[in-house]
Amino acid sequence: MKKIVLAGIMALAFFAHGSLRAEVTVIKNATIMTEGAKGTVKGSILVRDGKIAEVGENVMVPEGATVIDAGGQWVIPGIIDCHVHIAVDGNMNEGSVSVSSMVNIKDVINPEDIAIYLALAGGVTAANVLHGSANSIGGQTIVLKMRWGKDADGMIFEGAKPGLKFALGENPKRAGNPQAGGAPGTPLRYPSTRMGVEDTIREAFNEAIVYKAEWDKYDAAVKGGQHPISPRKDLKLEALKEVLEGKRYVHAHCYRADEILMLIRVADDYGFKIRTFQHVMEGYKVAKEIAAHGAGASTFSDWFGFKMEVFDATPYNAAIMQKKGVVVSLNSDSENGELTSRLNTEAAKAMKYGGISREDALAMVTINPAKQLGVENRVGSIEVGKDADIVIYDKDPLSEFAKVQKVLIDGNKYFDRDQDVSGRAAKEAEKQKLMEREKQDAPQGRGGRSPQ
Amino acid sequence: MWNLYNKRIRMMKNVLTALLLFSACALAQPGPTSVAIRNVKIVTVSGPAIEKGTVVLRDGLIEAVGPSVTVPADAMVIEGEGLTVYPGLIDALSTWGMPATAAAAANGRGGRGAAAAAPAEPRAWGPEDRPQTTSWIKAADVVQPNDRRFEAARSAGFTTAVVFPTAGIFGGQGSIINLAGDKESNMVLVPSAGQYIAMHTSPFGAGFPSALMGVISYVRQIYLDADHYQALKAAYARDPRGMKRPEYDRALEGVIESKRILLPANRWTEVERMVRFGAELKQPTILYGMRQGFDPRALDHLKVKNTPVLVSLKWPEAARDTNPDEVETLRVLEDRAKAPTAPAALKQAGVAFAFYSDGIDQTRELERAVKKAIDNGLSRDQAVRALTLSAAEIYGVADRLGSIEKGKIANLVVTRGEIFEDRTKVEMVFIDGVKHTPAPEPAGRGGATTENRK
Repeated sequence: MKKIVLAGIMALAFFAHGSLRAEVTVIKNATIMTEGAKGTVKGSILVRDGKIAEVGENVMVPEGATVIDAGGQWVIPGIIDCHVHIAVDGNMNEGSVSVSSMVNIKDVINPEDIAIYLALAGGVTAANVLHGSANSIGGQTIVLKMRWGKDADGMIFEGAKPGLKFALGENPKRAGNPQAGGAPGTPLRYPSTRMGVEDTIREAFNEAIVYKAEWDKYDAAVKGGQHPISPRKDLKLEALKEVLEGKRYVHAHCYRADEILMLIRVADDYGFKIRTFQHVMEGYKVAKEIAAHGAGASTFSDWFGFKMEVFDATPYNAAIMQKKGVVVSLNSDSENGELTSRLNTEAAKAMKYGGISREDALAMVTINPAKQLGVENRVGSIEVGKDADIVIYDKDPLSEFAKVQKVLIDGNKYFDRDQDVSGRAAKEAEKQKLMEREKQDAPQGRGGRSPQ
Repeated sequence: MWNLYNKRIRMMKNVLTALLLFSACALAQPGPTSVAIRNVKIVTVSGPAIEKGTVVLRDGLIEAVGPSVTVPADAMVIEGEGLTVYPGLIDALSTWGMPATAAAAANGRGGRGAAAAAPAEPRAWGPEDRPQTTSWIKAADVVQPNDRRFEAARSAGFTTAVVFPTAGIFGGQGSIINLAGDKESNMVLVPSAGQYIAMHTSPFGAGFPSALMGVISYVRQIYLDADHYQALKAAYARDPRGMKRPEYDRALEGVIESKRILLPANRWTEVERMVRFGAELKQPTILYGMRQGFDPRALDHLKVKNTPVLVSLKWPEAARDTNPDEVETLRVLEDRAKAPTAPAALKQAGVAFAFYSDGIDQTRELERAVKKAIDNGLSRDQAVRALTLSAAEIYGVADRLGSIEKGKIANLVVTRGEIFEDRTKVEMVFIDGVKHTPAPEPAGRGGATTENRK
């Protein structure tokens, strides 16, 4: 009898703990950089059902709520990286062709990539995972939330519009050159000049327009009650058709001012929009044009001169573009999550270079990338109604000494520094045990297998 | 006197049959058409084991099986005292009998050897070039009946294999074959059993597709094209007048002809990806590999569509030539430790599974590999089932293969001792009712080291 009661209590405790933690959480006594209308406030955040329910100095703690006392700590919205190559199985470039819009990052999400955890440990809660820059028109892209432990489907930022990668300049034009990356003896891949890159994009959209017309005609016929045979579905052109229809964003890798203007002209000619210019190192030269097109700019903090086409870059790029009215974000472009995990200090650099305010600097890795990805109604700031994607730092997040303590996504805790640190010994012990076992199991001299 | 008379009649019959057979097929092994194994333990797999009974084979089929079956007068009798008879083992994904070029990269991960072995094809610039595709090739049409690997396989108790051409992305159509015969026509049970698809990636600079996502998009495009092709062909068949004829496409013909597809999945996250992909392609799907078949997340995804799987018998091992000071990650170590527990976990979860040789072609190695699954929680009966009836069910041939039942094909393995035990010896196998005796093991070939000294 005693046992049954005890089991009952334990079960209850389990359920109470398990369910409430996900339902209602209060983070209290924190310095909150909301990145919203409230600015920076001291107080609490109430999280209910994965959403931010209340933000303010005095928030009532509902009974049964999980309370996180963030006394002396700082809280910011989850960081968003607008350009990463993490969580990808296999090569991030389908570089065999100049237009590879048939391939899709969504097909090769690797939810086990440790870079996701590193990003998370650096306060990143969402990231735009892009195809590489090997070709003029690259692959389809996807926005993920860093829900470490979930499967591939569970990583996808539901409702975020997918994108398509474009790339201009050095990378797409040199890939066909055997002296610069291509295997010797393989045929050269067109294009090998910036002119050729423009031509490649125009040719692709010429095809896409014909393709779209065929499908529009077919769709109209079906609507009219006819039963024609459908045109052939072409995955390459399908993605471009979606760009023409505004169903898919264009994220364009670029460096130089001339190629940025070129792409704006191409987009205007074909009637689509560039959602973001990526890297955009000479963006400061054409910031007005970028703003007029309505594109965002996602750039690096203080890198320059790392190749020929970056010689005119400056760390003031972000600040200048921002002042000219461009929505600017800072990205990591990381494959391994290393820089992704310190985007807070990348943001801080915008204060040094160009005198951006604290809030505006942090906006470059929170609300601004959210706007660029069209998810600003869901994430990017700590405001009522938004997803509870929240980062708790021990110190001022714009300081290089700040460490992420906890990260919530959709109100659920996905990273806890204390748990990580305290769990390391057990993992190491497990590892030693497995290594010992393997040693013991290995038959001496690998008996039984003859040399072959 | 009667006895002598009967014997004479039997002998005459035998001689007559032998003559008939000999004249029918000059190369066939002359022998009686009927065999009876009596006083033998029978593991039927489809039903309970019979501790002492008789199996009668005639004309390549199982004629009778049971505890009290009368031995026909004309049967060659095998005294089964101390022996156990099982259904012949089936290798559910094999390259035995495949010529080297078609068989490269059987492990589903691509394998660098494949590119070297496959005939060179011009650089592909898109899906329209149908790169790395030989979907129309049937294993049955290229099988080499004199492949030496058949004998090693038979010695381990295998009588049947589902063999595939495995080069490239769309390797071709697998065929279910018996592992003995003098020519393809009498080895082939089912000529087209499924399409072998590998996520075969290529280095940067190679033709389309090179990246994993390129391969996936290519496979997707092929099935979209196949649908469109069929629609066009149907319309043309209805009324060709005024319609441009659809261009013949052997790559599409090959995939359309295939009853099911085999997709590779080792990690649990690949299981998720490929279960979803198979459903998207609307093809009956079998996954092969299953290194992380032990992972609950893999099992959960498999249960969504009741996807059957083929488990590689090539258990992951530490590479032998690596730096001994190099420390591997916990994840890699765990994978190696847990991979052989996958079969037991699949069984527990109710996922249909069979085993495949994955390049192992040595008798003892095959036996040891199965034993390892048994040592890791799979019961012997379950192991036997996975290698017999389950494989037959997965390929839809359980009505003729995989168990010892009246009317099924007479493929059997007879052992002294329980199968997959270290000291157990395969005494003989029957393929289409014809007896094969394993060759004595060559000295130094593993024979002396079969015992595990722990």
